[in-house]
Order: sequence, then structure tokens, then C-alpha cells
Amino acid sequence: MNKILAANGWLFPNVNWENMWDATGETIYMSVIALAFTFIFGILLGLLLFLTDKGQLWQNKAVHAVTAAYVNIFRSIPFIILIVLLIPFTRSLIGTMLGPSAALPALIIGAAPFYARMVEIALREIDKGVIEASKSMGASNRQIIFKVLLPESMPALVSGITVTAIALVSYTAMAGVIGAGGLGDLAYRDGFQRNNSDITLVATIVVLIIVFIFQFIGDYLTNKLDKR
Amino acid sequence: MITLSKLAKTFQTRDGQVTAVDHIDLSIEKGEIFGVIGYSGAGKSTLIRLLNMLETPSSGQVTIAGKNMNELSGKGLRQARQEIGMIFQHFNLLWSRTVADNIAFPLEIKGMPKSEQKKRVNELIKLVGLEGRGGSYPSQLSGGQKQRVGIARALANNPKVLLCDEATSALDPKTTDSILDLLVDINKKLNLTIVLITHEMHVIRKICHRVAVMENGRIAEQGPVLDIFKRPKEEMTKEFVKQVTEPEETEEAIRHLFKDDGIGRVLQLTFTGSDAKRSLITDVVRKYDVSVSILQGKISQTQHGSYGSLFVSVTGDNQLIDETIAFIRSQQVEVEVIHGE
Repeated sequence: MNKILAANGWLFPNVNWENMWDATGETIYMSVIALAFTFIFGILLGLLLFLTDKGQLWQNKAVHAVTAAYVNIFRSIPFIILIVLLIPFTRSLIGTMLGPSAALPALIIGAAPFYARMVEIALREIDKGVIEASKSMGASNRQIIFKVLLPESMPALVSGITVTAIALVSYTAMAGVIGAGGLGDLAYRDGFQRNNSDITLVATIVVLIIVFIFQFIGDYLTNKLDKR
Repeated sequence: MITLSKLAKTFQTRDGQVTAVDHIDLSIEKGEIFGVIGYSGAGKSTLIRLLNMLETPSSGQVTIAGKNMNELSGKGLRQARQEIGMIFQHFNLLWSRTVADNIAFPLEIKGMPKSEQKKRVNELIKLVGLEGRGGSYPSQLSGGQKQRVGIARALANNPKVLLCDEATSALDPKTTDSILDLLVDINKKLNLTIVLITHEMHVIRKICHRVAVMENGRIAEQGPVLDIFKRPKEEMTKEFVKQVTEPEETEEAIRHLFKDDGIGRVLQLTFTGSDAKRSLITDVVRKYDVSVSILQGKISQTQHGSYGSLFVSVTGDNQLIDETIAFIRSQQVEVEVIHGE
């Protein structure tokens, strides 16, 4: 045990493991909560994009144009700028600009449009004939959405959320700028600014491990769901 | 059972208006298997989709089982559609559901309680001959099995009408036959009205009672299948009939024989109805002192009797041959002399 601690002190002299552990917890907290909301809002937005498009169930030019514009604008704004732009909004919603929860609005608003496009693509992949068959059986639009569109696109929806999850982890690092905490914040302030490269290295490794875990879970679920 | 009156559908395309279905009047009886044949682009796909309002007509009326389909909307239309089953060329099954869950899908739509669903699904699986495959996913099935699932699914809510959209066009000939047999079986068992569209005359010949030939959005010719086979009027109908009665190589093969000496007179005999089963050739050689050799023949079964043609060469005394031909004609078999005086 002493040997390990000694080696630890020698390899990573400046790493405070307690801080590292807290930062990891914050990163995971931000990623997972933001991911859950992104999944819901992304699917809603994606469905809206898909269903209001030409030739679809709720064909509606105006709604489609507005949704598409919203998605395109928020997907295009660089995340670091989006955070700054959303400061007033976040403050009125959360009441503070500090801590991991304060990063959530920006994370969700940034990631949901990104995921919405993937949802739209996934829904487009569904064979039109299957939708036609459901209509011929007398299915209502609600039944088509919940019994056909979502189940049939589930593997693509899950692999899309996996990609989004990984993007979210990197967004959380940027959210450190507004004082959100997390591994990115730790790597930047304690690592880079104080010239402790060992902290930056360890924080990077932990981020990589989190990304790999997300990827593994996503791939596993996608394979399990895909019966094609 | 089904009545179409002045039914029309035009599509607006970049190149102007296209009339896919051009004021069609048609009536289809209960328990009938009605076929619509035509080349691609003839408008038959649009026609079948107008029946259950997957396409809304530009003008005209569709009445199915007393319901005026084009006046329905929303819930009424959805309920009417539950009484019209439909199967597709590419099956259109939900790949995320097992066979049993696919068949249960229309029952879920209707809102049948789970316990009853299970019972009904088992009946249907038995009806289409898929026992033991209920837990498989569509990707694990062959094309023919997928279409059986499609048929079971279409029949789940006890429809009055079954629409078949090129249901066998993606299947190999053997599987096609087994699916057609299943359709005839269901038609008899359930007294179900079946409307099918196809580009294969073989399908019409095998299972349909009546047929309509479609061209450019109009019905060029219609009638009982055997009549259409016997006396096709339109050029296109003749082409379709040829698909099944004469293999393409027939004429070539026979023409080749004409060069031989002593081929005698070559006759083409056309049988329709039940005549094909009679022992005509035996009667001929017993009665007349001629020799008859069979060059080629093909008999096809339709729902209302057999239809076929037989090529024979007859040698012997000229006088006798004339008498022979007269005799065959008297037996209500059409004779055409295609070689020799």
C-alpha cells in the first residue's frame, strides 16, 4: 500500500485524488442528466421535424420551417459561445451561474438540436411501406408514432444518443468556463493554468474512460435491439 | 361488394398532370377473386390504393360493403380500413416485432384485450401454416414465410375484403404457387372477396375468377378469366394470354420441324373449359385411318376449367385429314392449320 502511494506520489505528484473524484462525479452528473433531457427533447424535436415534412403525417410547412430553423441555429452556434449567450437564461432558471446544475440548460439546448437531426435521419430510414401498411390497418397517427416509428427506429435512436453522449462529455469540459466544475474545469484550472501536467493527464484519462463506457453501453444496446 | 364509379386520380408532377386512374367503373362481387393485370405504369397500384383510401380520389366514388369510402374520414375511415386487409409486394412487416407480435399488430390497433389477441394470433398462425415460427423475427424467415405473416396480419380483424398489391411478384415461382394456393384456400374457407393486382398472367390464370386488363389508367377489357383466355380482344390482352399459353420458344421449335419431309399437316388445337380432359386424340385415331404425332402441348388450369393448346401433325390421306379436322371442330375444339395445305 505504501509502495503504491509512493509510486503515486512520484508519478502524479500534484494530483489530489479527492478533487479528481469530485470532478469525475460532476462530469458524470452533468453528462447523464443532460443526456436524459436531450433524449426526450431531441426525440420530440426530431419527430416534429420528420412528421411536419412534405408527404408525412402532419405535413405543415410553417411548423417545419420554424423547427428546422431552430435546430439549425442552435446546432451551429459554437458551444462555448452558446454558454455565454445563455447566461441570463440560465440565471433566471437555476438562480445561479455556479456548479454543475448551472451547465445543464446550455448542455441540453446545445445537444438536443444535434440529436434531433439524428432522430430525423433515423425516422427517414424507416421503410415507407411499413407506414403505409399500418395506415391500411386503420392505425391512428398516435399509434403509428408509438407502435411503428419509435420502435422501428430504436437501434438508430440509441446509436445516435451514444454519439450525442460523447459530444456531451466534451461539452461538459467547456462548461467549466462558466464555473460548472467537472474534469474539464479541473484539467484547465489546476492542470493547465498552474502548470501541473500530471493533473491534465489524469483528467484526460478519466474522460476517456467515461467515453469508452458510454460507447460500450451504446453499442451493446444497439446490437441487442437490432433484429434486422 | 365493391363498386367503383367514375373513379379518377390525377397527380400533379413537374411535367404537368398525370392521370393514373381515368374514370373507372367496376363492380366486384362478394366471394370473388378479381384480378387486375397491367404493365407497370398502367395505374393498377394507384387503383388498389384508392380502394382503401391510401390515395384519395380526385373524383368518383368507392363503395365497399355498403360504405361510401370517399365520404369517410378520421375515425370512420380507420374503422372501415380495419375491415379491409392488405398485403404487399415487399411484405412491409415490422422487423422489430416477432411473427406473433406482427400478427397481433392490427388487433392492438383495434384495441382487442391481450388474452383474446393471443388466441386469435394462434388461430391465424395455424391458418397460414406457420406453426412453431411465432417467436421468430421477420429477418429469420424466407420470402414466402414473410408473405404468410403478411396474410395472417391482413386477416387478423376478419376483413370482408383482401387487397393484394403484387403480393407474389417478389417471390420465386414455387413459392408464388404456394402463396396462391393459400389465397384460394382462404377465399373458399372464409368466402373472402379478394382483389389482386399483378403483371403476371400466371397469377390471374391460377386463382382469379374475373380479370380486368388495365392500360393507361383505363380498363381495356374485362370478363371471366376463361373468356378472356379464349377470346382476347385487345392486343395487350393477347400478349398477356400468350405469357401462359405459349412458351416463347414454341413457334420457333415447331417451325423448325416444317422443313422435315412427311411432316404432314400441322394443326394447333385450342381447348377451353373441360374439353382438355377428353380423349380426343384416341377418338381421332380410332375413327380415321391417319397417324397423329404430338409436337408440343400445354394445358393450364384456371379457376373455371382448363385452357390449353396442342400442336399435332397429322399424316395420311388428304381426304381423311379434312374429315379429321371437321370431326375435331365438331367436338368444340378450335383448330388452326398452321402448316400444310
